[in-house]
Order: sequence, then C-alpha cells, then structure tokens
Amino acid sequence: MDGLLLARWQFGITTVYHFFFVPLTLGLSLLVAIMETMYVRTGNEIYRKMTQFWGRLFLINFAMGVVTGIVQEFQFGMNWSQYSRFVGDIFGAPLAIEALLSFFLESTFLGIWIFGWDKLSKGLHLVTIWLVVLGSNLSALWILIANSFMQQPVGYTLRNGRAEMTDFGALLTNPNVWVQFPHVFMSGLVTASFFVLGISAYNLLKKKGNLELFRHSVNIGIVAALIGTILVAMIGHTQGQHMVQTQPMKMAAAEALWDSESPAAFSVFTIGDEKTRSDVFAIKIPTLLSVLSYNQLTGEVKGINNLQAEYEKKYGPGDYVPPVWLTYWSFRGMVGAGTVMVLLALYGLFLILRKRLEQRTWFLRLLILAIALPYLANSTGWLLSEIGRQPWIVFGVMKTNDAVSPTVGGEAVLLSLVIFTLLYGILAGADVYLIAKYAKGDNEAGSGLEETPMAGAY
Amino acid sequence: MDLNSFWFILITVLFIGFFFLEGFDYGVGILLPFLGKNDADRRVIISSIGPFWDGNEVWLLTAGGAMFAAFPNWYATMFSGFYLALVLVLVALILRGVAFEFRSRDESPKWRSFWDWMIFIGSFLPALLWGVAITNIIEGVPIDDKMNYTGGFWNLLNPYALLGGLTFLALFTLYGAIFLSLKTEGEIMERAFKVAAKLWIPTVVLVVGFVAGGYLATDIFTRLGVNPGIAPVGAAAALLSVGWFLKIRRSGWAFIMTALTIILATFTIFQGLYPRVMISSSNPEWSLTVYNASSSPYTLGVMSWVAVSLVPIVVGYQAWNYWVFRHRVGHHSGSHL
Ligand code: HDD
Ligand code: HEM
Ligand code: HEM
Repeated sequence: MDGLLLARWQFGITTVYHFFFVPLTLGLSLLVAIMETMYVRTGNEIYRKMTQFWGRLFLINFAMGVVTGIVQEFQFGMNWSQYSRFVGDIFGAPLAIEALLSFFLESTFLGIWIFGWDKLSKGLHLVTIWLVVLGSNLSALWILIANSFMQQPVGYTLRNGRAEMTDFGALLTNPNVWVQFPHVFMSGLVTASFFVLGISAYNLLKKKGNLELFRHSVNIGIVAALIGTILVAMIGHTQGQHMVQTQPMKMAAAEALWDSESPAAFSVFTIGDEKTRSDVFAIKIPTLLSVLSYNQLTGEVKGINNLQAEYEKKYGPGDYVPPVWLTYWSFRGMVGAGTVMVLLALYGLFLILRKRLEQRTWFLRLLILAIALPYLANSTGWLLSEIGRQPWIVFGVMKTNDAVSPTVGGEAVLLSLVIFTLLYGILAGADVYLIAKYAKGDNEAGSGLEETPMAGAY
Repeated sequence: MDLNSFWFILITVLFIGFFFLEGFDYGVGILLPFLGKNDADRRVIISSIGPFWDGNEVWLLTAGGAMFAAFPNWYATMFSGFYLALVLVLVALILRGVAFEFRSRDESPKWRSFWDWMIFIGSFLPALLWGVAITNIIEGVPIDDKMNYTGGFWNLLNPYALLGGLTFLALFTLYGAIFLSLKTEGEIMERAFKVAAKLWIPTVVLVVGFVAGGYLATDIFTRLGVNPGIAPVGAAAALLSVGWFLKIRRSGWAFIMTALTIILATFTIFQGLYPRVMISSSNPEWSLTVYNASSSPYTLGVMSWVAVSLVPIVVGYQAWNYWVFRHRVGHHSGSHL
C-alpha cells in the first residue's frame, strides 16, 4: 500500500480539520475580549451577557481546536520522520517556541477566565481574556513562521546532510511571514464576524431570546466583517504578488497559465486539459494578471511550461507541476468567497445605518448561509498554499516524496487514517449539535445560571 | 556542561513537569466513574481539575516540541517508531479533551455518562501507554543504523513494558485519589481517602516489581551502582511515607510525597538513560545519544535563550493559577459559563 499517498491524505484531512476551528478561535477570542472590555468600561449588563453568550460558543469551538492540534504536534514525527530529521534543526524551533510561549499562555489563562468569574476582580478577569487573545494569535504567528520556512526557506545552510539553521533572525523576518500572518489574522476576524452575524441573524429572524443582545452583536459583527474582508482581500493581493516572486509555479497553476505571457491575462474561468497543458475553454481578461502581479500594465508572468523547463535545468529531471485543477479552483473558491463577503458586509452596513436590517428577512437568511463562506475560503486558501507548493515540501530544498517515514507501513497509516477520519466525523457531529443548541437565543443558558449550584463549565 | 547535556536536562524537566501535573489529572479522570456516585458528584470531581488540565497537558506538547527542536532524530525515531501506540494516545487525548468541554452541555443522562466514560478511557490509556513507552525507551528497542525503528507494534507490549505501564497507571491513580482528597469536601473526600489507602499497597508492590525487573531487563539501575545516589533512594522513601501520611489523614503531605516520588523517579530514569536518548537493542552502537540525535550548536544556543527566559514565566503564572483556585471544590462552587 502506498504509505506516502495515505500519509498525505492523513495530513491534509487532519490539518484542514484543525483549521476549521483555529480561525474562529483567533477571531472570536478577540470579539469576546472586546465585548468584555465594553462591559468593564460601561458596566452595561448587556455586554456581560454578550460576553457569556459568545464566550460559551467560543469554548465549544476551542476544545475542538485544542484536541485536533495535539495530532498536528505529533504528526511530523509520526508520518514525516525523514522531514523531521532533515529540517528539524530549523523547523522544530518555532514549534517548540509556539508551545512554550503561546499554548501555555492561552490554555492557562483560558482556564482562569472560565472559572474565575467570581474569583477575580473585573479588571483582572478582563486581562485574562486578553492574554488568551494574545496567546492564540502568537500561536498562529509561530506556526506560520514554521510554515513560511516551507514556502520560502531562509536563514539556513545545507550541512551534515541536512538543513541547519544559520540565522534565527532571518526566520523571524522571513518576508513570507509578514504577508501570511496578517492574512491569516484577518481571515480569523472574518470567520468570527460572519459567525456572529449569522447566528445573530438567525435569532433576529426567529425573534427569540434577548433581541437587544443580538442587535448589539450585529453592530460589532458588521464592523469587524467590513474591516476584515477588505483587509484580507488587500493583503491577499500583496500575498499574490509575493507568490509571483517566490513561487511563480504556484501562481501559474493558480491561473492555469500554461505559457508565459507579457502582459499576462487573468483567467475568469478556464477548463483546461492538464495532460496536454492547454485550454479547452477559457474566459480571460487581458493584461489583468500583470496588473495584479506588478501593479502596472506590463510585465511577464511565467507559464507552467516555461517554469517546468527552467526547474528541470536547475533541479534536475522531474515533474515540477502541482495539480493544476485543484490549485486553480482553490484560488477561485477563496477569492470568490472573499468577494461575496465584502459585498455582504457593505450591504449589511447600509441596512444597519438605515435601520432596515430586521425588515430584510431575505438578507438575514442569507447571513445564516454565509457562515459557510469563511470556512470555504480558509480551506481553499490552504489547499492553494500547500498543494500549489507540491512537489516540494520545502520549496526548492526537499520533495514531499523524500519526507515520509520509511518504516511506517502503509497498513499502519491506513488504519490511523480511518480511525482519525471516523473520530473527526463523529466529533464534528457533536460539535455542530452543541453549537446549534447554544446558538439559539432562547437557550441563553447564562441568565439563570448563577443561582444553580455547580452550574457552569464542566 | 555542553549544550547537548543542558537540553537533555531541560527535556527531563519538561517530562517531570508533565508527569508531576498531568499525573493527578489522569488519576482523577480514571477515578471519575467510580468516585462520582451521581451527576453532581461527577461535576465536582471534574471541576477539581477544570481550571488546570489544559495547562497541564501543554507540558507534554512542549516536551514534544522541545524534543523536535533540540533532538530532531529522537523525535523522528520515537514518534515514527511508536506509531500505533501514539495513535491510541492521540485518540484518547482527543476524546478526553472534548469530553471535559462537552459533557455538561447537555442534560441527557446518556450523553453525560457517555462522555464520563470517555474521560475515563482518555485518562486510563495514556497513563498506561506513557508507562509502556518510557519502559521501552530504557529497555531498548530495535533500531537500525539509519536510526529507524524496525520493530512492530507488538514488540512494544513486552511483559516488562506492560509492567511499567501498570506501575505508571497505579501511581497516577493513587496520585489522583490523593489530589481529590485534598481538593474536594464531604463524602467525595471520604471516598477518595479510602481509595487512596487501598491503592497504596498495590502501588508499592508494582513499583518494587518494576525496579526489580529493571535490574534484569535494563542497565538503568545497574549503571547507578552500589550507591545509587539521592534520587532513587529519595523516591523510595517518599513513596513509603505516603502510606503513613494517608493513615494519619494528612492529604497535603501525602500529596507532596507522591509528587516527590514521581519527580525523583522520572529523574532517576532519565539519569540512567543519559547520554543515550533511545537505546538500540539491535546494536548498542546504533543507539541515539544526545550527540548524534541533536540539533546544531547554533540552534541549541538560540533555543537555550528562549527556554531560560520563558520557562520561569510559565512556571510563575501556572503557580498563580493554582493559587487562585486553591480552595476545595464542593457542590456549591459555581461558575458562569
Ligand atoms: C476568510 C478567509 C480568506 C479570504 C476571504 C481570503 N483568503 Fe487568501 N488565504 C486564506 C484565507 C482567506 C488562508 C486560509 O488563511 C490562507 C492560506 C495560507 C495563508 O497564508 O492564508 C490564504 C492564502 C492565500 C494565498 C496563498 C499564499 C501563498 O501560498 O503563498 C493568496 C495568494 C491569497 N490567499 C490571496 C487572497 C486574495 C487575493 C483574496 C481576495 C479576496 C483572499 N486571499 C481572500
Ligand atoms: C504551519 C503550518 C503548516 C505546516 C507546517 C504544514 C506542513 C505540511 C506538510 C509537511 C505537508 C506535506 C505533506 C503532504 O504533501 O501531504 C503539507 C501538505 C498539506 N498541507 Fe500543510 N502545513 C501547515 C499548514 C497547513 C494548514 C493550516 C492547512 C489547511 C488547513 C494545510 C493543508 C495541507 C494540505 C491539504 C496538504 C496536502 C497537500 C498534498 O497532499 O499535496 N497545511 N503541509
Ligand atoms: C500544522 C501545523 C500545526 C501544529 C503542529 C499545530 C499544533 C497545535 C496544538 C498542539 C494545539 C493545541 C494547543 C493547546 O492545547 O492549547 C493547537 C491549537 C491551536 N493552533 Fe494549531 N497547529 C498547526 C497548525 C496551525 C495553524 C496553521 C494555525 C494558525 C494559523 C494554528 C493555530 C492554532 C491556534 C490558534 C490554536 C489554539 C486553540 C484553537 O485553535 O482552538 N495551528 N495547534
């Protein structure tokens, strides 16, 4: 059995699954912290209720992020032992720092936040949630420092048969980190804001529960959505430009650009044939890709065939083309979802300013469905990043083929793949059940809780 | 001392932190279905570790991360070698983590009892399997000249390793019972005391068996020589005193002494291992050591600065966490989420 293929499937499934929960953690911790800050500053009870309502949903999501993260931490050694040996000198460092600096911070202070409502002063309690926000975003930063090394290796040399770190500073100032992290940070904000908007819309539509709470939530949500969607798109644009410089093959695949063009056209819709590397059907906008890549009307964007030839010369014979179809449609999925979300946020703001939101029931319904959009954008975004990088696991340095554990048999990987997939499937069911249950405003379990003994988390 | 040895000590410290803290967590999880007679009891028991368990678990993640950063070959050999065992551990930890969060979020008794059993399984399996893993490491496992583990899954379940697993299991369960006697009140506390008193003798027996077996199956204890030093003797003395403190119902002291047993025992094991990190039973020459498994001096240097500055801060705020929640948990302790 092909252990490599199975290991890749397992990595893809478990990581995409982990990243279902991570963006919501990143963004929602921030929104909850903002709500609690408003409570502490104004003393208005509605903000306390908001903090607790969204806080509860945050916790249900957080638990899933934590447990799926443990798999990630172990997986490099389990399935990618050759990779771990070859780049461990560099790659292990940010992972260890992530645990030491951020996981400790977020898990410890989250525990204190959950159980500390009566034990700490209001101000100190507020500090703990901000430390959780700091911890989770630092965790994203450090894991992306690790991932950026795979996208754009810096600060290393090949020595003793492996890649060794020569410049820790270069790892931190890797240009890739500083386009990737802001993009991921903003994608978290987008995810959380659409989550808040969708659930609030549901309750406003049903007219159940504390409507005041959801009106306030919508206001916060729409501002966050607007900021988030616009910035994520702008940073994404910069990221695309960076990609043209550092991983031109990924961009060529993302655009199904078979041959170099100058100026290059942007593909709106292409059905191509990967075998012959040609278009079957395509709608293109002339010059736009050059504009996107360089902010000017001229400039060559390299095509797949040209890059393949170039890489064969540089790295020796081999296939350097990632799966074009997947890369292409992933890019379309992310940008498409992003564009729709910008429009939704703009129109939502317009309705709120004109105090018409609650009359537009079709729009409220749309907002409920829109909860899925950031999830689509997040997953396809990562598919683009990771699959567009293939066949490399570390761009230009190590191929995915050479990274897999040599002594872990295909049967073992198949077994673990089946186990994780089943387990994750079941947990997804339980998670969605609980989120749906606690998303209902009339199940606002926070209000009566204080009186019941031992009611609370756990 | 060179950086390689320094990092060996740091990883020892991380594992000590992990067993010291997560040890009673696992114990509490294992005892949950037996000491909690009704739903309210079980909530009290879970809440006794509620604010702590996730922070405790991060000691394991950090130990893993530090192995990766400082000894990538150790991380690669051990994690790929113990593949299926680790899959089991992961499944257990996943179920356990979500169970804490999910169990009280639905009123249905079936839902709650399902997750309570997941907490049990999720604590029982790792407690056992970490013991098995550590025992295998000191016993030696088949490793070839490319540092790859060549045994299978069943190799890991040899009799001595299973004995090691049971020893860990018993020690952690005892530890959990003592923790509960310290952190709860009323009837639950009484039950916890009783269980702890009953568990003490079997635990001592297993530990004696484990050490005796160690003389036959490993070189860890023989290497220590006639005068084994303060750590193993201290561990033994501490474990013996636990029985006495339980008898006079001093759960605080019993807790400290069990903790000391775990700390000193872990220290002894790592001391016996040094300078090796994975012993090859195929050929001693192929063992992984702090030298051939390590990162470059540059990386070790950078990581030393990071660790030396961050670890004290982490210890500081975790201690504060325990201080904030130092009071006993009872049926009337509340929280609002
Ligand atoms: C809500 C989520 C979301 C939204 C709306 C967008 N993205 Fe994105 N994108 C991500 C979430 C994301 C991500 C999941 O977070 C990725 C994966 C890797 C990364 O850095 O962020 C990503 C990756 C990613 C990459 C790959 C970078 C690389 O591999 O080097 C590019 C070029 C873009 N994005 C560009 C865009 C553009 C032009 C957008 C315009 C609307 C956009 N993204 C919207
Ligand atoms: C720092 C973070 C990350 C690291 C270190 C990392 C590492 C890796 C590694 C080692 C592979 C090679 C294995 C393979 O080809 O399957 C890979 C591929 C992959 N990764 Fe990432 N990844 C990271 C983030 C993510 C995230 C967040 C996602 C998605 C949510 C993701 C999705 C994928 C997918 C889908 C593959 C499969 C590609 C393929 O099989 O062709 N990765 N990544
Ligand atoms: C593939 C590499 C990855 C590894 C090894 C990894 C590891 C982990 C681990 C071990 C946890 C649990 C922490 C705890 O117990 O508190 C976790 C949670 C988390 N991870 Fe990942 N992760 C990966 C990918 C990512 C990526 C790409 C991001 C963000 C961009 C991310 C962000 C987070 C965050 C914010 C949490 C906090 C808990 C939560 O999300 O709900 N991780 N991760």
